Amino acid sequence: MNKELRRKKRYQAEKRFQVYGIIAISLAIFFVGILVTKIFSDGTSAFSRTMIKTEIKLDADLLGITDINNKDEVENADYYTLIYEEFTKSIPFSNDEEEKQIITLLSPDYEYEAKDFFLKNKDQLGKTVTILLTASDDFDQLHKGNFPRDIPEDRRRLSNFQLQIYDQLVKENKVTKVFNNYLFTKGDSRDPELAGFGGAIIGSFFTILICLIISFPIALMAAVYLEEFAPKNRITELIEININNLAAVPSIVYGLFALGILLNVLELPRSTALVGGIALSLMTLPRIIIPARASLKAVPPSIREGALAVGASKVQAVFHHVVPLAMPGTLSGTIIGLAQALGETAPLLLIGMVAFVVEIPGSPLDPSSSLPVQVYLWSESAERGFVEKTSATIMMLLGFLIVMNSLAVYARQKFEKKWN
Amino acid sequence: MNLVLILFIIIFSFALFFFSKSRIQFYAKNNHQFKLKALPKFYAYYLSLWCALPALGILILWNIFEPNIVKYLIISKIESNNLSSLSSDQLNLIFQRVKAYYAGNFTGELTNEIKDGAEQYKRLLSLASSAKVTLFFLSIVIFTAIALKKVASNIHAREGVEKIIKIILFTSSAAAVFTTFGIIFSLLFESIRFFTTINFFDFIFGTSWSPQKAFISDTSVELTAAQLKELNEAFGAIPLFAGTAFIALIAMCVAVPIGLFSGIYFAEYANRNVRRFGKPIIEILAGVPTVVYGFFAALTVGPFFRILGESIGLDVSSESALAAGLVMGVMIIPFVSSLTDDVINAVPQSLRDGSYAVGATKSETIKKVVFPAALPGIIGSILLAVSRAIGETMIVVMAAGLAANLTINPLDSTTTVTTQIVMILVGDQEFTSAKTQAAFALGLTLFTVTLALNFIALRVVKKYREQYE
Repeated sequence: MNKELRRKKRYQAEKRFQVYGIIAISLAIFFVGILVTKIFSDGTSAFSRTMIKTEIKLDADLLGITDINNKDEVENADYYTLIYEEFTKSIPFSNDEEEKQIITLLSPDYEYEAKDFFLKNKDQLGKTVTILLTASDDFDQLHKGNFPRDIPEDRRRLSNFQLQIYDQLVKENKVTKVFNNYLFTKGDSRDPELAGFGGAIIGSFFTILICLIISFPIALMAAVYLEEFAPKNRITELIEININNLAAVPSIVYGLFALGILLNVLELPRSTALVGGIALSLMTLPRIIIPARASLKAVPPSIREGALAVGASKVQAVFHHVVPLAMPGTLSGTIIGLAQALGETAPLLLIGMVAFVVEIPGSPLDPSSSLPVQVYLWSESAERGFVEKTSATIMMLLGFLIVMNSLAVYARQKFEKKWN
Repeated sequence: MNLVLILFIIIFSFALFFFSKSRIQFYAKNNHQFKLKALPKFYAYYLSLWCALPALGILILWNIFEPNIVKYLIISKIESNNLSSLSSDQLNLIFQRVKAYYAGNFTGELTNEIKDGAEQYKRLLSLASSAKVTLFFLSIVIFTAIALKKVASNIHAREGVEKIIKIILFTSSAAAVFTTFGIIFSLLFESIRFFTTINFFDFIFGTSWSPQKAFISDTSVELTAAQLKELNEAFGAIPLFAGTAFIALIAMCVAVPIGLFSGIYFAEYANRNVRRFGKPIIEILAGVPTVVYGFFAALTVGPFFRILGESIGLDVSSESALAAGLVMGVMIIPFVSSLTDDVINAVPQSLRDGSYAVGATKSETIKKVVFPAALPGIIGSILLAVSRAIGETMIVVMAAGLAANLTINPLDSTTTVTTQIVMILVGDQEFTSAKTQAAFALGLTLFTVTLALNFIALRVVKKYREQYE
């Protein structure tokens, strides 16, 4: 009887232990789920932009255009006044304060939008047309349902009067959502509705490009040396220990190194993708060397011996036969290393890639930001509109990472030879 | 300028390659009694490598050293012209002005000193650039001539080329050593300057961290004893070390149990399907950039804890150590889990079979046989995870506090070493103040501690592996 009881207890303990394992795995998967759901539920709304439909008369007097064929005049016409006058006219108001509240419903860039519109429709001069103008951040968030309306007026960013206008406009079917192309094409901005991560994508691209150009050849050659040519001595051992340790150095230390050496001693330009790329390439170097060595090691000795037997030199055997066979593994290691570099933020903060960059960088020597840095910058901003922008940037970043990692897996499965 | 030279050398060496290859082929064909010791292309490789590599090397070295030599010359000139002795920081400032005036974006009071300096700067720069070009072409001519002579005497060209290739390969692998030296040098250089003003023990054992006080530390001015004392008291790093350790501890409390149990489950219990789908999902956590975790911690987890605390009457800071530590722990889960999985898989099957043979259940085998056998490896992987938690930056920068509180309340806000480094160094900084140097001293501490942890962890894991191989 006692024996029976003890066995039962032991089996219960067995069950419990298994359940602990399942709970642990479920918890981890639960965290993944929360993270992904939160990002996606916050971020999807950033891909649309709220527009206000207005009917305006393209008044030549207001624009100050006397001759439609005069390029200079069209270029410098007073679009600001045109929109200001026509938009405020479309909504009844009683005092200056209300007039101001009406015009702040529009995003501050309305004059440029009006200009773009007019340059495409010059023949409409003097006629009344319908134009879509980007709404302000607050209006945008209200329309997307991110602002609670039932709190007292003084704690709200939109006044009762503005809410009234909003309801009126919605009733007249004048508020629409369009695909937010600004998000992909524009650089940073103080106004969430005009901000985009186009500049950050280009900055990230340049950074990763520099990182690839520097780290891939050096890492490959280092791996070839250590795996194929290095004699077994103190120097080789020192190099190997160094590589293993560098792989575990915190990324911020690479930022300090870049700041101390690249910026202060070598005086390379601050805030640029060039310096960011060099700093990240040093970080990526050991992360490529390690998988490259593993895939060189996986090539069976018979390949080398075969080449040597027909009279090839050691260098020829390695470069003509071993390295090409180790390439799939090396490339997939490189892609994974670059994916890690793409998500890296801390070193870039220290070399000044956190600057507010409106222009889209044209070369690695221009000040730029990068996708993860953009996430950091926007997450520090107070405006509600930046929360969805940050989440959208994260979605973009995760998208790139997923593509890169699948590419790495594909490269390995498709091209790697299995030696049995 | 540099770009033109690099383009030139690339095109020139390619041209040299093809030209010499066809010449040697032609020559070998027409002189049958003459036997080449290698294929013609190796002679061509030999020539073009000797033509391009030394010139490129000179170009790189020149570009690294030129700015500093020019700076040194200008500064020593200014110093010798000046009657009053200037501190190195003042000299640096004058040099920056000279450079700005030369570049044409100088604003401020224009002195003769700066004008003369700019004049000299211009002269030195043009001198340097013509010297560079001369040296560049001289090296091409000389080394190509030497190589030509060797080729003419019919050396074994393939061996020559392979020697060069091996040297290039060795240099690439030595890059890792250079990087380590570069890191150590840059950290030590600033840290030593920091420790000349601040007492080392005041830094390591001081309990108050308030670097904003360091604005008085224009190091060019002699400090009074009282100021110096105040300065020394501003850089006590104990609160940072404590905060870092505390957040890392919270993270480990989350990551170790979850990571360990899921690692054991994957290694011992899971069937193929659970492994195939469960593992990659957990690995996603390892692939997510840390800035995403930071965003999540700062905007979701932090406020969530605050609201939760309010509802049960607790005062929770929205930058609580708990939120940062929890999210960091989630980040580390896959790290612990996959290392545990590996380590447990390395335990020989015979140990398990022995245990089953005497009637133990699976969990008893794991607890009493497999786990103790794998313990060194598991400890090694936990140490690696700790070193990660200590060095992690973005989560704590975004979710932990900025003020250095010495606290053990997880609901309070604390700060960490990495947060302070970022806070001090982001934005434009004067590079002479003790405040920026402090960031490098913190970096040095971080580097040393993580290096030691990794070193120990790797040795433990390696020893353990050897035991079963």
